[in-house]
Amino acid sequence: CGKISRYIVVSRSHRCIRALQTRQTEHAVPQLYTALQRRACSSLSVPRITTHYTIHSRDKDPRWEGIEMERFADEADVVIVGGGPAGLSAAIRLKQLANEHEKELRVCLVEKASQIGAHTLSGACLEPSALNELFPDWKERGAPLNTEVTEDVFSILTEKHRIPVPMLPGLPMQNHGNYIVRLGNFVRWLGEQAEELGVELYPGYAASEVLFHEDGSVKGIATNDVGIAKDGSPKDVFERGMELHAKVTLFGEGCHGHLAKQLYKQFNLRENCEPQTYAIGLKELWMIDEKKWRPGRVEHSVGWPLNRNTYGGSFLYHLNEGEPLVALGFVIGLDYSNPYLSPFREFQRWKHHPFVAPTLEGGNRIAYGARALNEGGFQSIPKLTFPGGLLIGCSPGFMNVPKIKGTHTAMKSGMLAAEAIFPQVVAEELDSETAGLHIPEYAENLKNSWVWKELRAVRNIRPSFHNYFGLYGGMVYTGIFYWILRGKEPWTLKHCGTDADQLKPAKDCTPIDYPKPDGKISFDLLSSVALSGTNHEGDQPAHLTLRDDGVPVARNLGIYDGPEQRFCPAGVYEYVPLETGDGMRLQINAQNCVHCKTCDIKDPSQNINWVVPEGGGGPAYNGM
Amino acid sequence: FQVGLLVSVKRFFLFLFEIRVKPDKSGVVTDGVKHSMNPFCEIAVEEAVKLKEKKLIKEVVAVSCGPQQAQETIRTALAMGADRGIHVQVAGKDYENLGPLQVSKIMAALAKKEEAQLVILGKQAIDDDCNQTGQMTAALLDWPQGTFASEVSFEGDKLKVVREIDGGLETITINTPAVVTADLRLNTPRYATLPNIMKAKKKKIAIMKPEDLGVDITSRVEVLRVDEPPQREAGVKVETVQDLVGKLKDSGLV
Repeated sequence: CGKISRYIVVSRSHRCIRALQTRQTEHAVPQLYTALQRRACSSLSVPRITTHYTIHSRDKDPRWEGIEMERFADEADVVIVGGGPAGLSAAIRLKQLANEHEKELRVCLVEKASQIGAHTLSGACLEPSALNELFPDWKERGAPLNTEVTEDVFSILTEKHRIPVPMLPGLPMQNHGNYIVRLGNFVRWLGEQAEELGVELYPGYAASEVLFHEDGSVKGIATNDVGIAKDGSPKDVFERGMELHAKVTLFGEGCHGHLAKQLYKQFNLRENCEPQTYAIGLKELWMIDEKKWRPGRVEHSVGWPLNRNTYGGSFLYHLNEGEPLVALGFVIGLDYSNPYLSPFREFQRWKHHPFVAPTLEGGNRIAYGARALNEGGFQSIPKLTFPGGLLIGCSPGFMNVPKIKGTHTAMKSGMLAAEAIFPQVVAEELDSETAGLHIPEYAENLKNSWVWKELRAVRNIRPSFHNYFGLYGGMVYTGIFYWILRGKEPWTLKHCGTDADQLKPAKDCTPIDYPKPDGKISFDLLSSVALSGTNHEGDQPAHLTLRDDGVPVARNLGIYDGPEQRFCPAGVYEYVPLETGDGMRLQINAQNCVHCKTCDIKDPSQNINWVVPEGGGGPAYNGM
Repeated sequence: FQVGLLVSVKRFFLFLFEIRVKPDKSGVVTDGVKHSMNPFCEIAVEEAVKLKEKKLIKEVVAVSCGPQQAQETIRTALAMGADRGIHVQVAGKDYENLGPLQVSKIMAALAKKEEAQLVILGKQAIDDDCNQTGQMTAALLDWPQGTFASEVSFEGDKLKVVREIDGGLETITINTPAVVTADLRLNTPRYATLPNIMKAKKKKIAIMKPEDLGVDITSRVEVLRVDEPPQREAGVKVETVQDLVGKLKDSGLV
């Protein structure tokens, strides 16, 4: 029922420019000039790093004169940004309802990965609650939930030893009834179910711009332009992205989505909630010696190699899919204060612990990847709906941090969104003040669901780590207030502010002496990045854009010794000496990027703005 | 000069992906690996579409042999500008054993059936690097061939092909109907943009089996074993030239 109609969209469209201007002005750090102004008023030469058109507009760029900027536009009933658990569950639920009520509904889903599941990365221990609601017959449909959890082990690690912690029923980390899954495969299966139901899936096309009606409500999205050269000029194969218009647009970009970042500013969605806090998760898949393989075994640890004031821990899951495969990884809270900390090297170092190394000895590493995840929980949930759209999944952030599970809540949020918007999108007469539908019922339904109850019960566990005893204080708090009192205490603890503000200057911190990788259990960064299969078209502007090209050397390197060299799990950022000899410059190896979003989160100057590269680029995870 | 054109497309792993050999050494792991169109086939499709845009070709038909997923590859070709597609269904064990000889028999049969005047293929596929299908197709049809083409143009009703050969560039003129295989520098393929992908969904893909074309696809080649290349070992540093000569003699190389 979607009609293809040609709209002439003038490039100087007011609504697009308004969104862009709003974002740029509100992000300008007061004491710094933009690169353009700086060139005009100062003789200091800063090597030009950023060429992306979101920073250097194409309107006044002479290379873009006469280039056809018209965009093809198409109409759908619902457009979903992001093909992860939330987006796909929403799409599936919409089509299930449409079939039940015998209505026609055009649902389009765009996903930046070249195939559904290729950018999905998670531990993961899936709680099947949401899946049971979505597809009660998931087993018959062949959902890849093949490994039931049989053993649940929790430890506190010291440098050489391990203190076992009993997994009592009722503790949030307890996994009875859950399944160890390869989330990428699960998401791919969800994609197949969605296609069977008639959802139009478009992997390989990234949503790069939000479109607005005249009245300010969201009209839809535009996909990325292709064929722009590294220096920002148009190539012969340049083609404009396409516009997808919808009655309502669902944004399910996952943790720290770049369009969601714009929407927060545009609609002031974060005024009554705490800033989101994050962690970075790094993961590897290993084929181990069969003798060491214990399918269904779940291991978690805290403690070494992190000190008690750095939140984080490890996971190691034995999969049961016919071959001796284990998924293991390390999570570090991004509120750490030492700029010398390297999450990647902590992960590599942890693998040598006497409790972990024996499992990996004689084995083979076959995959690597990393992604940021939410830790803010209940306190950081923003306003979820706005005229023309709403937020689902890890983008607003429904992760249950102590359980380290967010997939079931993400799926449920997608399903609730679908149920809330369905009656309105199929209604004969659109009953709305704004051109884009505003559906506050979604937020209401969410508040009345088990997602809200679950998140509320664990809301104080993560913030409880911010005390003198750090990790141990947090564990004591969890034991008393969650295990015994089920999170019913009347107070709500606060987080400490944004993660970017937590870094201390380098002069106040000690560098960490990491051991060299041994090439058998621990590895160097570049060989790891190669395993992620990540790649991008080389001749395109770097998608890691800097608002001010001068800030990295002046501030990040000057004060914090360039923490981005250490927290990026893909080696994108490097400080290299200038060709002239004196001083350093920042080199951005954008092709390595695995789309984890950590740099956008942790940059102490908040100068890095991650935007989406040409669709199809990024990691090529296979069942991560 | 209006002709019909067949372009053949093959689907394999994205060229940057790390390949793993299956534990039983019978082949490589294909499950869940990101697939896309063979890069040389993309160039072939681009050339076909360019010829159509110059109005030298009436119709571009994209052909692929393989399992259900081959239709995705055909759709990409349709999104780049092909008019319709033909999917020759070959699945499972038959697909694993499908080699250049079988594919060229299918292409030859289709070229006759569709009365095509030009068949364009990629010069080789990146999975087996055989570089045989184009040549075999020409032989089976008894048509002239212009392989490793880096430039293709029509001169009257003949085809002028500039070929990349070891010694440099060779320019030949061949009669039509003909077979051409595309080399790297023939063109830069365009992106398959989303509006074109959506339009491609409406274009027809005919489905048929090799038997319908009277082609026998039994393989005459049996893969005995697949091994990873040997691990690169560290080099050995020597202090003097005498040491080097000594080591070369020891290993029997000198």
